[in-house]
Amino acid sequence: MTEALLQVEGLRTHFHTFSGTVRAVDGVSFAVGRGEIMGLVGESGGGKSVVGFSLLGLIDPPGRIEGGTIRFDGEDLTAAGEARMRRIRGREIAMVFQDPMTSLNPLHTVGRQMDEVLRLHTDLDAAARRARSVEMLESVGISRAAERLSAYPHQFSGGMRQRVVIAIALLASPRLIVADEPTTALDVTIQSQILKLMRRQIRERGASMILITHDLAVVAEMADHITVLYCGKVVERGPADTVLRRPAHPYTRGLIDSIPNPALRKERLNQIPGMVPDIRNLPVGCNFRDRCPRATALCAEVEPALQDRGSGQWAACHHPLDAAP
Amino acid sequence: MTAMLEIEGLEQRFHVGGGIFERMRVEKGRLRIPDRIVHAVNGVSLKVAAGEVLALVGESGCGKSTVAKTVARIYKPTAGTIRIDGTDISGLGQRALLPVRAKMQMIFQDPYASLNPRQKVRDIVAEPLLQQTRGRAARAEVAGRTLALLERVGLNAEHANRYPHQFSGGQRQRIGIARALSVNPRLIIADEPVSALDVSIQAQILNLMKDLRDEFGLAYLFITHDLSVVHHIADRVAVMYLGFVVEEAPRDTLFAAPRHPYTRALLSAAPAIDPAARKDEIEVTGEVPSALDLPSGCCFRTRCPFAWERCAAERPVLRDAGDGARVACHLLDEPQRDAP
Repeated sequence: MTEALLQVEGLRTHFHTFSGTVRAVDGVSFAVGRGEIMGLVGESGGGKSVVGFSLLGLIDPPGRIEGGTIRFDGEDLTAAGEARMRRIRGREIAMVFQDPMTSLNPLHTVGRQMDEVLRLHTDLDAAARRARSVEMLESVGISRAAERLSAYPHQFSGGMRQRVVIAIALLASPRLIVADEPTTALDVTIQSQILKLMRRQIRERGASMILITHDLAVVAEMADHITVLYCGKVVERGPADTVLRRPAHPYTRGLIDSIPNPALRKERLNQIPGMVPDIRNLPVGCNFRDRCPRATALCAEVEPALQDRGSGQWAACHHPLDAAP
Repeated sequence: MTAMLEIEGLEQRFHVGGGIFERMRVEKGRLRIPDRIVHAVNGVSLKVAAGEVLALVGESGCGKSTVAKTVARIYKPTAGTIRIDGTDISGLGQRALLPVRAKMQMIFQDPYASLNPRQKVRDIVAEPLLQQTRGRAARAEVAGRTLALLERVGLNAEHANRYPHQFSGGQRQRIGIARALSVNPRLIIADEPVSALDVSIQAQILNLMKDLRDEFGLAYLFITHDLSVVHHIADRVAVMYLGFVVEEAPRDTLFAAPRHPYTRALLSAAPAIDPAARKDEIEVTGEVPSALDLPSGCCFRTRCPFAWERCAAERPVLRDAGDGARVACHLLDEPQRDAP
């Protein structure tokens, strides 16, 4: 087996605040293979965005990576210095953020922002950089690309802006793209255009992607593998089809059942009761036990570890759904 | 029987800014300063019967929230009538609206912005009731009702003395629902009530709204962009695009056999968790035109894969298409064009 492009082991990112330590990411492990799309799923507060920021070394105080390794193509990024990270960001790993308005600089033209990436990460001369920018804008479906280079972000609509952000992310041909809720701010017809575009670009370039989202339906359309986070921990991971069809963890099941599914014609949704616990004050044992229909005394005492459920599926549960109740 | 809510020919236009110099044009040698007008809602007619849930669906900028706010009379309509339980409220002043608000309440999208951060939960929930009785209601009675409402929406007495910031998004939405219910309304206008919530919390709130509807016989005008939510809660669905209703049908008809190309595009664009349910029927390209400058003829023609000359020349009107559906599309006359 070839080594995965990205191998995250036991990542712990904590935030030290006055009201206590927030263990936003607490012992997260997963891998992203070459050419693979990995969906990182969970609700708000699950820690999925913090994982994304940690990969790029974008955690600011009071946050800190407390432990674990992030091996990218064999190199441990947690040990890399700031100078090295600056070369990795954009060239090796690029990020697409949720809000395309705030991730573009409103004071510079789109062309200048694209040129900057190429200036930093390639040896191309000015004319070649411009040609490459035009070509990239065209490939993400922006017409009159040469003209649009001199436009400012506010002159684009939301969907077009997100195309620009994706074009910038792809410019230096990174091997990994971290996309944090890339379509959450967009309308559904635009979302479907952007998702198709991203999938095609990733596949054509043989790049890999981590797709961070709360939307299981988006993951179902896009991802090869899924990692489900709850309260900063991986509760389940595995091939997308397996996890969505035969989830082993009750939380994953609950997430799937919470989505109204027209095919099932249910009168009531199977809701997950209660709320996500306060992350500064997590329960002993399993974090999900207060909301879980299968919880027993064991769940209150011993924190479940990730266990192999076969065919690449792993779940952290004492009473997984595929086992006898 | 009169409908709980009946809207006819509702129009809402907004004058937007832009300084005098920005708007200045020279036409035929003369200086002109035209008004810039957003055509947010362009002649919408809808009915909601007592106890019925009508979902109003569409993408951002289609005017669905403007319809909600105009019906709630947060805006005054530019033209058209709004009848609540038979009374035309389109021209009423704030004082005359007070008794109407006892029949109609609103739930808002953003549970953070729609609650006053400086009021305790008990005061937030009691406020509509105190308004209705002009403060003459017995204190004990109001307090009792407030607690009963909080309990009904899944909160408890202990929560009554807290402030909104002490609650999560889902709990805040419950407070907003309790506030709307306080005057025993018969119509609830819900503007994207679950869009800001996590999916597990979203399911809780949808279940609650469904239970309340059965318990109190509420009618909902339910505004949302999320088709799976629509399918779960609605009896009938109206699809809006650029300020027009393009299709209106009973839920099952709409989902089983959508007629308007935009409805079909919307349904096929929605991501599905079940790969078998995935259908790739119509894909629209491009983006929604500006409401400042509506296209001639059909509002959807600039993105419609079927559009032909007639669509630019003549605006299709909403008309009966069988199975209780109303559709605004010229394809009804020329079904042979409906092929890729």
